[in-house]
Parts: sequence; C-alpha cells; structure tokens
Amino acid sequence: MDLILGMHIMEGFLPLDWVIIWYLLCLPFLFLGIKRLTAIIEEDPKAMLLIGFAGAFTFALSALKLPSVTGSCSHPTGIALGAIILGPSLMVVIGLIVLLFQALLLAHGGLTTLGANVFSMSVVGAFVAYGIYRSLMKLKLPRAAAVFTAACLGNLATYMVTALQLALAHPAQTGGFYLSWVKFTGIFAITQVPIAVIEGILTVLVLDLVFKYSRSELESLQGKLNRRGAW
Amino acid sequence: MVKRNLILVTLLIGLVVLALVSNRGAEFGGADGAASDAIGELDPSYAAWFEPLWEPPSGEIESLLFAVQAAVGTGFVCFYLGYAMGKNKGKV
Repeated sequence: MDLILGMHIMEGFLPLDWVIIWYLLCLPFLFLGIKRLTAIIEEDPKAMLLIGFAGAFTFALSALKLPSVTGSCSHPTGIALGAIILGPSLMVVIGLIVLLFQALLLAHGGLTTLGANVFSMSVVGAFVAYGIYRSLMKLKLPRAAAVFTAACLGNLATYMVTALQLALAHPAQTGGFYLSWVKFTGIFAITQVPIAVIEGILTVLVLDLVFKYSRSELESLQGKLNRRGAW
Repeated sequence: MVKRNLILVTLLIGLVVLALVSNRGAEFGGADGAASDAIGELDPSYAAWFEPLWEPPSGEIESLLFAVQAAVGTGFVCFYLGYAMGKNKGKV
C-alpha cells in the first residue's frame, strides 16, 4: 500500500470488532458534546464565533505535519485550546468534524477507524488537557504554565492511546500485546514528544491573545455554563 | 511578555530545525506509514479490509488540500483575534 502521510489509524487497519468497540465508546461523549453545544448556543448565541475559533484552530493545526527527531512526521491536534475555553465535551464534536474531513478528502485516518481516532484525539486528548489545566490552575500555577502542560500532555496522551489501540488490535504473533505495544509506542509516542512541545507553545501563544481580548466574553459564558455543569 | 513569546517562537523553530538537521537522509514519512509496516511485521496474516473511498490523485493535490485546510483554519483564527482586538480597542 502507498505510504500516506499522517498519524491517525489508517483506513482498514482495525478489525471489525475493534471498529465497533471504539465507535460505541465515543457515543456517550458525543452525546455530552452535542448537549454542550446546544447549551452554549442557547445561553449565548454570540459564542458561535468562539466555537468557530476553537474549531478553526484544530483544523489549522491538524494540517501542520512537522518533522520529528525520529525522522518521521506527525502533527499537533489543537484540541487542548478549545477544551480549555469551551469544555472538553464540545471538542468531541469538533474533532469528529475535522477527522471526517480528513478521512473523506485526504485519505488520512479513515471511516472504519473514525471511532478509534475520535476517541484518542478528541475524548482522551480533550479530557486529559482539561483535567490537567484545571488541576494546575487550582495549584495557583501561572496560566501559561498550566496551558502549556495541558496542551503538551493532551497531545501526548492522544498518541499513547493510538499506540494502545493498535497493540490491542494487533498483538504480535510471538510476544503478544506487550511487544506490539512497545513497538507502536515507539513509532507514535516518541515521534510525538517534540510535536507535543510545539503544540504546547502554539496553544500558549494563541490563548494569551484570547484571554487578553475576549476575557469578558469568556467569563460571562463560563458563568452561564457552570450552572449547567463544568463540561 | 514579548520577550517570553520570542523565546517560545525560537524554541519552536529550533525543534523543527533540530529534527531536520539531526536526521539527514531520513525519509520523514508519516508515523502511520511506519505503523502499517509494523502491523505487517507483528501480525503478518492481517490484511487491511477497507480502502479509503477517495484518495487525492497525486502528492500535489494532497498538499493543495492540506494547504487549504491550514489556510481556512488560520484565516478564521486570525479573523476572530482581529475582531476581538477591534472590539476591545481602547479598553485593553
């Protein structure tokens, strides 16, 4: 098969049982995300712009395939930014749209592997980033440090899960799950370390501007949404 | 703030340059290409059972689509930031 540049799980590379499992695991989060989306629009129709902004950031960053020290390429996901300002569940919806675009038009990722890729990028990536950001802010760390760590580790978590998903579906014939896991972690996660640092830096630079110029919008939106649950 | 951002941008560019310089001769293929090779090695009886419905006909078309994706994304991001800045004019 041709080498298609990219880093999500390729079309056809998960057996049917895993295809179904990952789709099913995404469903509750997708449901939460749609609820969140309607809550935001009901509370503050102007926040649509902010949702578009978070989506556009993910869209732009997923197109940036960057070289890594391992000699292969991978890309940031941009999921953490939206998870921090609009809550992680919303990013499940946005991640689904971005991944669907890439699967249909770029043969990047795939329809059979969409569930698994949404789970690793949007569910795990967004919730890990959000959890880390909130915890570090509670510890009174400077905002930039919290944002950097959240975006960096959210990106890494995504690819750790991708490696795990591949190892579960493809245990080595000799050596089993563990050998496969080590191998796939080596391919995805280590390539991802410098990319994760880059994602952290980009997220800090852009979020700084958002917090500077849209602080009042963010605070009023968050106040309204907190009555409906934090995420 | 400006100084911190300059350091961050330098670090970002440094990471990309380091990756390119430290791996002269590497192919810089996608990590997923490496993963499909690994599946062939670890689980040789597995055959991909579904093909992408449509693939960009050439590398050029593929990079066109990626460029469009990046441009649309960045375009909207910058539109929003400009809008927010303009709205706050005089306040910040």
